[in-house]
Amino acid sequence: MLKYFAKRLLLGLVTIWFIASATFFGMHAVPGDPLAGDKAMTPQIRANLEAKYGLDQPLGTQYLIYLGNIAQGDFGISYTQENRRVNDIIREHFPISATLGILAIVFAGLGGVLWGALTALYRNQWPDVVIMFAVILGISVPSFVVAAISQWSLVGLNLAAGTTVLPIGGWGSIWHMLVPALVLGLSTMAYLTRLMRSSMLEVVGTDYIRTAKAKGVPPTQIFSRHQLRNAILPVITVLGPAIAGITTGGFVVEIVFAIPGLGRYFVQAIQQLDYTVIMGTTVFYGAFLVFMVILVDLFYGLIDPRVRVDQ
Amino acid sequence: MSSTNLSPADFQPLPPSEAVQQISRPSLSYWADAWRRLSENPRAMASLGLITFLLAFVSIGPALWQVDPSAQDLDQIGIGPGADRTVTIAAPFVPWSPQQQSVTPADNNLGLRLAMQANTQAVRLAWTATGSTRHRLYRNVFDPETTGSLGLPLVDRDQPWFEDRLDLQPGTYYYTLVPLSADGVENDGAVTLPVDVIRVISIAQAVDRGLIDANDTVQLGQRLKLAWHPLGTDYLGRDMLARLMYGGQVSLFIGIFAPLAFVLLGVIYGSVSGFLGGATDQTMMRFADFVVALPFLLFMILFKVIFGIGPGESGIWPMLVAMIILLWPAPARLVRGQILQIREEGYVSASRLLGGTTAYVVGRHMLPNTMGVILVTITFQVPSAIFTEAFLSFIGMGVAPPTPSWGAMCNEGIKSMLTRPHELMFPAMLISITVLAFNLLGDGLRDALDARMRGAE
Amino acid sequence: MSPNRQLAQFFLLAFAGVALLMLALHYAGSALSGTSSDVSAVDEDANSISIIIREEPPQLNSSRATDAISGMVLGHVMEGLVRMGLDDRLEGAVAERWEVTPTQATFWLRENAKWSDGQPVTAADFIFAWQTALKPETGSQYAFLLFAIQNAEAINQGTLPASALGVSAPDPYTLVIDLARPVPFFDKTLVFPTFLPIREDFYNATNGRFGADADQLLYNGPFQISRWVHGSSMTFKRNPYFWNQDEIHLDAIHVPYITSDATASLNFFKDNKIAITGLQAENLSEAMRMGWQIRQHRDGTVFFLEFNHRQGRVTDNVNLRRALQLALDMDEMVYKVTKLPGYEPGVSLFPGWLMGEEKLLRQEYPPQKITPDASLAKQHLQKALQELGLKEPPDLVLLSGDNPISSVQSEWVQQTLKTKLGISVKIDKQIFKQRLAKMTSGDFDLVLAGWGPDYNDPLTFGDLFASWNKNNRGQYNSPELDAFIDIAQSRLEPAVRMKAFGDIQQHLIDQAVVLPMYERGVTYVVDPSIKQLKRRVIGPDPDVSRAYIDTSGE
Repeated sequence: MLKYFAKRLLLGLVTIWFIASATFFGMHAVPGDPLAGDKAMTPQIRANLEAKYGLDQPLGTQYLIYLGNIAQGDFGISYTQENRRVNDIIREHFPISATLGILAIVFAGLGGVLWGALTALYRNQWPDVVIMFAVILGISVPSFVVAAISQWSLVGLNLAAGTTVLPIGGWGSIWHMLVPALVLGLSTMAYLTRLMRSSMLEVVGTDYIRTAKAKGVPPTQIFSRHQLRNAILPVITVLGPAIAGITTGGFVVEIVFAIPGLGRYFVQAIQQLDYTVIMGTTVFYGAFLVFMVILVDLFYGLIDPRVRVDQ
Repeated sequence: MSSTNLSPADFQPLPPSEAVQQISRPSLSYWADAWRRLSENPRAMASLGLITFLLAFVSIGPALWQVDPSAQDLDQIGIGPGADRTVTIAAPFVPWSPQQQSVTPADNNLGLRLAMQANTQAVRLAWTATGSTRHRLYRNVFDPETTGSLGLPLVDRDQPWFEDRLDLQPGTYYYTLVPLSADGVENDGAVTLPVDVIRVISIAQAVDRGLIDANDTVQLGQRLKLAWHPLGTDYLGRDMLARLMYGGQVSLFIGIFAPLAFVLLGVIYGSVSGFLGGATDQTMMRFADFVVALPFLLFMILFKVIFGIGPGESGIWPMLVAMIILLWPAPARLVRGQILQIREEGYVSASRLLGGTTAYVVGRHMLPNTMGVILVTITFQVPSAIFTEAFLSFIGMGVAPPTPSWGAMCNEGIKSMLTRPHELMFPAMLISITVLAFNLLGDGLRDALDARMRGAE
Repeated sequence: MSPNRQLAQFFLLAFAGVALLMLALHYAGSALSGTSSDVSAVDEDANSISIIIREEPPQLNSSRATDAISGMVLGHVMEGLVRMGLDDRLEGAVAERWEVTPTQATFWLRENAKWSDGQPVTAADFIFAWQTALKPETGSQYAFLLFAIQNAEAINQGTLPASALGVSAPDPYTLVIDLARPVPFFDKTLVFPTFLPIREDFYNATNGRFGADADQLLYNGPFQISRWVHGSSMTFKRNPYFWNQDEIHLDAIHVPYITSDATASLNFFKDNKIAITGLQAENLSEAMRMGWQIRQHRDGTVFFLEFNHRQGRVTDNVNLRRALQLALDMDEMVYKVTKLPGYEPGVSLFPGWLMGEEKLLRQEYPPQKITPDASLAKQHLQKALQELGLKEPPDLVLLSGDNPISSVQSEWVQQTLKTKLGISVKIDKQIFKQRLAKMTSGDFDLVLAGWGPDYNDPLTFGDLFASWNKNNRGQYNSPELDAFIDIAQSRLEPAVRMKAFGDIQQHLIDQAVVLPMYERGVTYVVDPSIKQLKRRVIGPDPDVSRAYIDTSGE
């Protein structure tokens, strides 16, 4: 097991190197000048800036220098936030995105399993229909709208109550997280609900359920030991990448609720062509994703002995 | 015992044999059976009806409702469905600059009065010049008495007259004039004047808009009806119905084909990886991780550059290709997980034992059993593809303006969500209908295709 | 049936789990990052107010800051030689009085101006700051603002050492600046953050992280940053060492939120969390219904449709440009399409707020108003087609940004030119850096662009289309215009200069070099109990450094 884990980590490092290289060359292939601003610079000031960021070196040299720096864990200095180190940006803002993301995933996972199981149990009856419509609304309405409407309702709530029932934005306490996490997890929850419903229905018809029923196992046990446990597998498969996706994809929620997460740095960096922040966040998220995938694979084996990952 | 005399020939699979027993009903192939069950599912049939309707809406619709989706009706910007269309013919707009105070002041403190009849071209106000004092003019849509706010400050003015042209809509406005002291502080003695604004159009504009014929004789003050927009107009006065019809072409194309294509690619990749297992699986999955981790936006921009899409050209095909290239790993991972789980099932071993080839086993036994999750994934990628298109078009890849799309219409409608909800509601509703239709169809298909569901009904 | 009970149990367990997890995250979260203190918009007891900023200030190292948000923050915590007063006139700040001659500028510093550690602000601090900004390794983008000083340009190019800068301090409270050329508005340029003082010993002690955090800055302004949680919040506390305590009334300014979302900002205002917010056209009627006091401010920026004047481009043809000038009715665009209150239809490259010799420049040299005329536009188009040897109107590429306002405007331009002139316009939407790259390389026919002032003199707009100006992205090149600009730059007599600006304005209109679209305005609401909140064109905006709370009016 440990050997397998070590092998996976090594493979993961190779994957990260690939990610870093592809992003580095991709980024430099995109037209546009990371140093350019609204107002034109004199050639001299430009040259000074290029020297400052090492852009005057040939691309190959820049790449090698960059790889060397990454290996030492140094992502450099941001182009747009000119005296902040990318390491600091990640260190300060990633925990916030991660906290929000984990909560959103937990909401999505629990809600998805719960609603999904419910719809499967009451297949084609009214709970199924109601939840299905909620799910469809949940994914057809863009997150911007959901975020804006929920913030707007919070303002209404606070105005009606005459005091701050729930903060409408900002970061810091548990109450700040609640609504943003729900909004962030909504579409994943909708997806997991449908996924759970579908795989629950598949499991219902399998032999082992029939056997268990024939053996006289109580329905509660069938539900928890066999049905839920088997049906939850695809949900877990989706969860791994979803964690990484949700922590990066919080851009809209972070902007609307004024949350200082890493998501907005990630999106803005690409629009601003902020080389060091693009590289830093991509490599960091790549590593995070690779790690999550390894975790999920290990978890898989624990839940379902049929899937032995180390074979 | 003779039974010990086994030869290698005994271990050959049996040749395909005739049916060993007579079946009372005709034998149904897998697909025929699936279709039978699909067509017996009323919800699946309803969803097919919905999809037919949507396709007809975007393909035949424009032929029936022949309105240019990019024509801007600037007299009717952002109107809702069923808004009043009455318009009065007026003289063409000429900028107003009274040389001297020719209008008689009203009998309020500042002599504030309407210099000419107010209409949507301009509201012309004049007041009494009291030395060189400046005045500030406010405009409100509510009576300042009731709200306590004077409204929107329009101008700080030295001259005793002002011509207001900002976004005038038919209705009542309350103009308030406040005298200012020399250092710009508001003094007492504000005067409020309610003004009724009527919608007008000049003869030339009416001819331009096709409301009247150039040879028609019309008089000033005559009333006409403006062009009819059954679902209202957007923020540039463009017909919503026409835009929804044309917009659907883009959105349905990308919303259907992109998920189909990249999920299909993912299914192939994932099933191969899961079935082969071992080192191949490892390598293939690590490559999938690599693709997932690439920053989507950056590589989208890169694809745009590589494909060389010029300004004004539609980048819908490159966008489709790019989405396929970048988005397949998620379904691949899902399918691979399912395949790993199914691989050890009894029926798979049985099929292999009976001589099923790899392709047969995967195609006939494994994939149908993963159909449920695959279909859910495809249906859920529909709205996400539609919104991805909208986002990419907004940053300049994808369709070029003024080509509409449902996702882009949603994004534009968000700003005015509370004041003009129809701009968001209609495209969002169509997207919801699309998603609903594909979900129902997906459900029906899953039930129909899933071998295990055969006896479950 | 028990699956129901099972589900109920599951739900309860899940709920308990989430509650536990949230509690854990709560403690983890507050350990990891500072909390957004729940301050209200106006706190009379604490004598503090709260405002919002659009994004994290990108650069608080004054020698390198270029953007408006950093400028706003620096304006509250730092003080330069001079500042713009509440009456929009230049007033002494660290400098008590000053004198500018064509060759020299002398500033006498007040001796009671102090840094936030109690040490006096001296002339050496200014010299060090300016030398730092000019050093090539600093890479300051706005170093060119200092080029009026003797040897500054050479230092920036690395040919002279920083010590060669033509600035001297005969005593710690006198600053003498040798000018490289006569600059009639030199004192006005000093409002810019690049000219703020930096103390050498402190700068060196920060090891290159100067301005990166609240404790990496030394303050000499009315406030100091007491807390800065990156991307989240800032708090400014009154600076006890500030020399002019009488003018300062607030004890603290909070910035509890940082977001670029206008709707969120409005919601924070409604929720009584911030004291000032901008309004969009969509929110106006709500603001009126709520009875808010709406205010307006023109932020000084002019937006225009710029042509590509490079040879071989159809837009190099003056008749084609004139056809567009006559076809596009900017009144229609401002009043009906963008309909943002406070926006003024553009009539000239020189915005209305610029001062002329005695009155506003616009009053002294009123720009010729172009009356839109579709049939005249068509005649010019025909002429242009003949000159260009074309049969059909050419397709034009309109380069546009990826923000909602320029999207709407470019679609309006597209449709107007199609219906009025039969010209088909292709909209080339690009994200910020790609748009800049295309503007620089000349890959466009038309581009939506804007220009904000760097200093309070018409020249900040006037030299934009000089053949030597790098910001002249369409590379307009006219000896006649260059001659006018030369007069405006080099002559000192105000009357001569203003005449030159009038000539520049007329030339730009006659040749349809650029089509001014609008002057941007800001519509906003402020908590009525806050007085002396200052909006301005040049300098920190909004400026609440002199604000005070007065609830008596309610």
